[in-house]
Amino acid sequence: MFSETIELRGHIIDSLILPKVLDQILTNGGNFKITEVQIGRKRADQSFARIEVSTETGEALDELILRLRQQGAEVLERANAQVAAAPADGVFPPEFYVTTNQQTFVRFGGKEIEVTPAIINSAIAVDRKRGRARAIKFFDVKKGDEIVLGHQGIRVVPVQRATTHTDPFQFINNIVDAEEPKSAIIREIAEELRRVHSARGKIAVVAGPAIVRTGGGGHLVRLIEGGCIHRLFAGNAFAAYDVEHALFGTSLGLDPDVAIPRGGHENHLRAINAIRQVGGIAAAVHEKVLTSGIMHACVEHDVDIVLIGAVGDEGPIPGVTTDVIECEKILRTKLRDVTHVMLLATLRYSLALGAFLTNNVKTVCVDIDPPAVERAVERQPLQSIGLVTDVEPFLRELADCLSRSKVSW
Amino acid sequence: MRELLLCPPDYYGIEYEINPWMSVARGAETAIVQEQWKQLHATLSKFCKVHLIAPQPRLPDMVFTANAGLTIGRRFIPSNFRHKERAGEQPFFAKWMEQHGYEVDWLPEKLYFEGEGDALFGNDVLFCGYKFRSDIQSHRAIAEMLGCLAISVELVDPRFYHLDTCFCPLPDGSGFWFPNAFDEYGQRAIREHMTDLIDVAPEEAMHFSCNAVVIDRDIVLPEGAPQLVTELQERGYRCQALPMTEFIKAGGACKCLTMFMPQREKA
Repeated sequence: MFSETIELRGHIIDSLILPKVLDQILTNGGNFKITEVQIGRKRADQSFARIEVSTETGEALDELILRLRQQGAEVLERANAQVAAAPADGVFPPEFYVTTNQQTFVRFGGKEIEVTPAIINSAIAVDRKRGRARAIKFFDVKKGDEIVLGHQGIRVVPVQRATTHTDPFQFINNIVDAEEPKSAIIREIAEELRRVHSARGKIAVVAGPAIVRTGGGGHLVRLIEGGCIHRLFAGNAFAAYDVEHALFGTSLGLDPDVAIPRGGHENHLRAINAIRQVGGIAAAVHEKVLTSGIMHACVEHDVDIVLIGAVGDEGPIPGVTTDVIECEKILRTKLRDVTHVMLLATLRYSLALGAFLTNNVKTVCVDIDPPAVERAVERQPLQSIGLVTDVEPFLRELADCLSRSKVSW
Repeated sequence: MRELLLCPPDYYGIEYEINPWMSVARGAETAIVQEQWKQLHATLSKFCKVHLIAPQPRLPDMVFTANAGLTIGRRFIPSNFRHKERAGEQPFFAKWMEQHGYEVDWLPEKLYFEGEGDALFGNDVLFCGYKFRSDIQSHRAIAEMLGCLAISVELVDPRFYHLDTCFCPLPDGSGFWFPNAFDEYGQRAIREHMTDLIDVAPEEAMHFSCNAVVIDRDIVLPEGAPQLVTELQERGYRCQALPMTEFIKAGGACKCLTMFMPQREKA
């Protein structure tokens, strides 16, 4: 979105210049927001209006502004953003601007450049020659990079609440508490996932070990088999629990199907060892070592698996990235094309991943712990639905809704 | 008695093309020019005191004095011409008005404004045309200078490039006009501030019939608008239709050849 602020002065009410300008903005595909109006009280008093005009493209804005100038509109001159060179690799200059996850523009030479991607807690590096501005993390910055300072010449466009009720993410009260009914909302989510699928959106799941331990793995497999998940983000433990369940019927020694301890902690380590022995999850599937479970379903249905490590991980399972900086780079790359994310029973990964979500990504957060849901949802307030519930019934109902669907995935 | 400013057509001719009427290939007949202008001068002299400014060589359009500026009381606001071909007229008009005791009030240089050609009082509103010659921003400046309500109306037909080519207010708050020369907002704005407007038929508007000089109940207008003349006569106006063919070749007629001194005593 590109925008300029215009001002109209004179007898703009009696001359119908104000309605004419607003009509011209709309008929030329633009949008407006009147930020100030002063109407003259006496006959000869002049009136004043300040209007923010926005369009989809810079060219459309230039063309529209040209038309509006003919109607007496004066374009408010805005200050350019200030920049300074990064003093060293990995270091931003003092007073660097810190991003939000909202759509952001920086102004240079009277033109606005959109900052991409719109991710939180980054600085903005600009390449004025190429007309590019990107959000960068500490590990990205190189000595001499031009970094935006302060707040001058920066415009942030927050996500607006929709005025229609077509988007469940914007009209459902963000968080559905433990004692509130969930079936209707889960049906809405299923509908949304179906819409995303037909619109060729990308759906990711961030999966916590509780999915396996609560016996929800089979429902997640149904979703994977139905083709409605494109990428799976998880930790080492999730993969290990799933493999353990596939190989030994237990998850951390517990049989989720019968809830009787069986085999103890050792099954967990034996499962990791089995995967390490064949070299990885995909190899285990190909060599028929791993013949069921979520990881198996992902490999069989070409779902991209992104495994992120943490301190205390056993193994780890081959394919788990353990370098923290490398993990951030992978998350940023792997989230670039994602439109919808389901954060399922994993606060730690939900928050880590949330830092790389742009403001237009819609999220569903499911956790049994209310503060965990609140923390995940507050990052994307108008793009999130939070459900305080055990993850297994959520997945069961969602998979049921989607399997009942006549629409093929 | 009303006072008017006219300029003899000694150097008048079609020497350039700055509106759709002008064609250097279709020049004005000098003898007929003189005859038509003298007839206008004689007619207006019956009701008004007519002043003459000395014409200048290489300024053929100086004959169209309506574009000299806007006079209210003893204040004269000179035009800032859009086309360089006419910009040379400005100092001659300003000097003449100053020498005749008018206070000359300049607009900022960057604002185009073509005088009474684009600024006509109807009721107590100053109607101002914009786009082809005057900028809308000049209207705001003029409204501030005069402390009056200025209604800006967009002209959309390049043949009617000045307000006085398509709009003529009458002293009783009504007027006659060619509505298609304005966009729909301009039409609505005029209708809201004028009463009982006479719509001029397209074929009569093409004879510049809106380009008329109104002195109380007397109207001097170009020939070729019998329907309009009948309507005006029914309303009690006396009409004098004059041949204006040689001036219409340059996109002007009776009103373009005349500037009121002043148009109003007070804004």
